[in-house]
Amino acid sequence: MNRTYELMFIVRPDMAEEDLDKLISTLETAVSATAGTVRSVERMGKRRLAYTVRRFHDGVYVLLTVEGGGGLIHELERRLRVTEPVLKFLTVRIDEEQKRLDKIKKIRDARKKAVPAPAATPEGGETTAVTA
Amino acid sequence: MAEETRATTAPTAEPAAPSEGHSHRPGPRGPRPGGGPGGPREGGRKYFRRKKVCKFCVEKIESINYKDVRLLAQFVAESGKIVPRRLTGVCTPHQRRLSSAIKQARNIALLPFAGRAN
Repeated sequence: MNRTYELMFIVRPDMAEEDLDKLISTLETAVSATAGTVRSVERMGKRRLAYTVRRFHDGVYVLLTVEGGGGLIHELERRLRVTEPVLKFLTVRIDEEQKRLDKIKKIRDARKKAVPAPAATPEGGETTAVTA
Repeated sequence: MAEETRATTAPTAEPAAPSEGHSHRPGPRGPRPGGGPGGPREGGRKYFRRKKVCKFCVEKIESINYKDVRLLAQFVAESGKIVPRRLTGVCTPHQRRLSSAIKQARNIALLPFAGRAN
């Protein structure tokens, strides 16, 4: 079962850079241990929170894109939950949405191609008419 | 008085809105694509209402993502509430995606549940 998920989590702003590196690498090893793959890790940096969370006004956002099954997500969420500096996390499944977007894009591209094609054929007909 | 209504643009048209008998409150700052919501456009007695259009359909925005705070913030009132469809003109399928995206963004502290983001 291969699905794509996006895991966004917030760690406290006073967390040391090395600790964050360590946390991310442990998550990565957890992913590979559960037969999943890490697509990308994006550090979105420090951001102001929309509301206070555990008396913090800021947080460091990290976005992790992984491929794998539900068991993997279960494991990752458990790890995030027990990791003390993690303030919040959110997991979103993105493969179906991506599929929908690809489909729309395909239809749009096809339509774009279809529009110039009929315009070209009358021209061709005209030229033949002129030559005849 | 009549001149005032004629000269109105979006912000000044706002106070006139509740008097139409609609139940919406004047509070939320609605992102209205295409100017005033139902404000009187012409000096005549009849109200001319500009047809509201769905921003997502017009601009062909397909993905409504919870990370896109700038986009979502246009559809959140200052109180933090999701602005209803009847004020924004967003079509039903897009409003559905929009509201779920806003709720996701709230969960990860990108948007406030209530009140302004501080």
